[in-house]
Amino acid sequence: MPERHTHDVVIVGSGLAGLRAAVETAGRLNVALISKVFPTRSHSGAAQGGIAAALGNEEPDSWEWHMFDTVKGGDYLTDQDAAEVLARDAPRAVYELEHMGVPFNRNPDGTIAQRAFGGHTRNFGEAPVRRACYASDRTGRVILDTLYGQCVQRGIQVYPELSVVDLVVRDRVVCGVVALDWATGELHIFHAKAVMLATGGFGKVFKTTSNCFANTGDGAALVYRHGFPLQDMEFVQFHPTGIYGLGVLISEAARGEGGILRNRLGERFMERYAPTIKDLAARDVVSRAIMSEIRAGRGIDGRDFVHLDLTHLGKERLAERLSDISSFVRIYLGIDPAEAPIPVQPTCHYMMGGIPTDVDGQALDAQGRPIAGLYAAGECACVSVHGANRLGCNSLLDLVVFGRRAGRHMAAQVPKTDLVPLPSQSDAFVRERMAQIKERTKGVRPVLLRERMQQEMMERCGVYRTAEGLEKALETVRGLQEEFRRNVFLDYRGDRYNTDLMEALELESLLTLAEVILVSAASRRESRGAHSREDYPERDDRNHLHHTLVFRDETKLHVTAKPVSITRFQPKPRVY
Amino acid sequence: MELTFEIFRFDPEVDTAPRYQTYRVSADPTERILDCLNRIKWEQDGSLSFRMSCGHGVCGSDAVRINGRCALACQKLVKDVAEAQPVRVEPLPSFKVLKDLVVDLEPFFEKVHWVKPYLLGGPEAPEKERLQNPEERKKLDHVIRCILCACCVASCPVTAENDRFLGPAPLVWAFRYIFDGRDKEKENRLRRVDTPDGAWGCRNHFECTRVCPKEIPVTKSINIIKREIEKVLR
Repeated sequence: MPERHTHDVVIVGSGLAGLRAAVETAGRLNVALISKVFPTRSHSGAAQGGIAAALGNEEPDSWEWHMFDTVKGGDYLTDQDAAEVLARDAPRAVYELEHMGVPFNRNPDGTIAQRAFGGHTRNFGEAPVRRACYASDRTGRVILDTLYGQCVQRGIQVYPELSVVDLVVRDRVVCGVVALDWATGELHIFHAKAVMLATGGFGKVFKTTSNCFANTGDGAALVYRHGFPLQDMEFVQFHPTGIYGLGVLISEAARGEGGILRNRLGERFMERYAPTIKDLAARDVVSRAIMSEIRAGRGIDGRDFVHLDLTHLGKERLAERLSDISSFVRIYLGIDPAEAPIPVQPTCHYMMGGIPTDVDGQALDAQGRPIAGLYAAGECACVSVHGANRLGCNSLLDLVVFGRRAGRHMAAQVPKTDLVPLPSQSDAFVRERMAQIKERTKGVRPVLLRERMQQEMMERCGVYRTAEGLEKALETVRGLQEEFRRNVFLDYRGDRYNTDLMEALELESLLTLAEVILVSAASRRESRGAHSREDYPERDDRNHLHHTLVFRDETKLHVTAKPVSITRFQPKPRVY
Repeated sequence: MELTFEIFRFDPEVDTAPRYQTYRVSADPTERILDCLNRIKWEQDGSLSFRMSCGHGVCGSDAVRINGRCALACQKLVKDVAEAQPVRVEPLPSFKVLKDLVVDLEPFFEKVHWVKPYLLGGPEAPEKERLQNPEERKKLDHVIRCILCACCVASCPVTAENDRFLGPAPLVWAFRYIFDGRDKEKENRLRRVDTPDGAWGCRNHFECTRVCPKEIPVTKSINIIKREIEKVLR
């Protein structure tokens, strides 16, 4: 019999969204925080550049400008009611983090220091504005440490190194999760009045990514497997400046501090693509510009990368404000960024799409109704504040704003809710699936399938896409899914820290999500934000100003449209 | 290039004693040791267990001992170790081995929690941010780089002999709040570490400073705590 635990709320994932929600419910609800890594290992900690809020500490700023930038950055697919919540709540959220102890960099007058970031402008696009609050280039890390400390102070019960492998759903009500304990190989059943997914992104679908190994989208995949929809999955952000070959991120803060992208000719090519804000254009714009330069033979030495030049910033500024990225460049490339430019290329960074939710974190079904017992926040969710392309520094903000709101909603609603009895044998499905994989003694290793998927997605579903390429990739990914079902086998069948099994289960999530990304991308016959179709190069508001929902039932897969909330800003051509 | 690894293997449920297993891997000089470990696990031996996540020295998961020195497997490159083969990879010393390179970090995190790793800021909650002088904030620059990888604790000769010693990383976290001007419990925090197994347990071996993957001046920070104890409490 699996070990049973009962809590009011189970939060899955210990990045900023999960931790912030836990802090909000502490003392009011009996909360369990489940994470497949120890909380301080969560990938929020890799966020470098900052968190956006119109504090106006450096120069005049306003939440309306921030909201506009967010909507324009998202190529008008951003839900404006949600973007308004985000931008209005941002200053409060940052002050709150400061009160909790986040060590932001400071101005001489003692206020929180702010710097420029891509797509953040003053007066509706006039010029870059300093809106990013930061702690050197480890902003995510210090917020993670601070929120973790808040959870320690509040005595939140953490179950580290457990992977959630199934949702327990009874009559369309989510009433718990099944989790696998890596230390013992045992399954646990968590029975709860509400489950909140904060499982992060799934950049590991792609070959080159800034994401950690743990970013395999387990939560989003589970929701989809239970017949609930995923939204806007075609929108995958490729960050312009990944370290060449490795994919490790060089923060946009490098350009916020004055860094410049240059091609083979030494030319500052962004002047041609974004005359007003140049290197600080939105990420999709800069990534396409880099790919265009490479395709035109103007990559460095004619190869597939360009240079990020920080040599004019000076050693002191690099040490004070960009020290982590300077050390990455030294360690992995043997380059001193004060002396030589950094070879960079776009790297898969962020998923705009995910589990559809309302502004209180309630997960929504295909008809837009809340799914009883299920919440989601953070990168695994789609509110949608990022639309077709997220702005830098808006993700940390998203995590703390909507993590808190989900926590607050649960704290208000869960006490009025009864515990739905668990269905019998809640873990039967998972147990059987794991047994199948473990019993097989020959076949194909997960790594081979994973590498083929990552290669295919990178080649055919990257910065540029075509109908033909997407169709081919879909065929490949479905073939890999079939091969996974019939043939995948493990080298190790033991129970303790069986990372071989862990990676096989993660691969199953990734293959599920890769299919949804491809289906969504094929359905959108236009170019918008991060979704760039070579066969449909223009944005098409007449036919495609809507969100994409993909879900499946017993018989087939459905692709449907969902309206976008447009309140203050009518769609306009997007020029930077 | 071809590399030979000798990797510590132990499954306490099956094995009576640990052993070293030899693997051969081909890797580029600029690849990470973590890439080699993954290649071994993915292509040769799926039973090898180790932790990893971010792959670039930010999350702190893959701390191990490489050729006798504690480090992050994702921060050491093949070219750094190629001269000293076979490359011996072992779990962090001073901790109980759960399987292969995976150790029990529970006691480590308990010590971090013991220093109260959160701001005790008193009752006031201003409308905006509390003001903090940049010089004041700069004092924290080094210590907020800590990623809790535990390399320092595993390398500490004092910890090796006395498991009651608080250890370097928890003292770094104590420093982080003692010297944050926004915290209102400085004296209590100093008192808490003013013990033979607290700050005074440190004997200035500097091993922590040598291995810290984030280049934190750990020993120096502990000595600054000691001086502050002398100044404030005596």
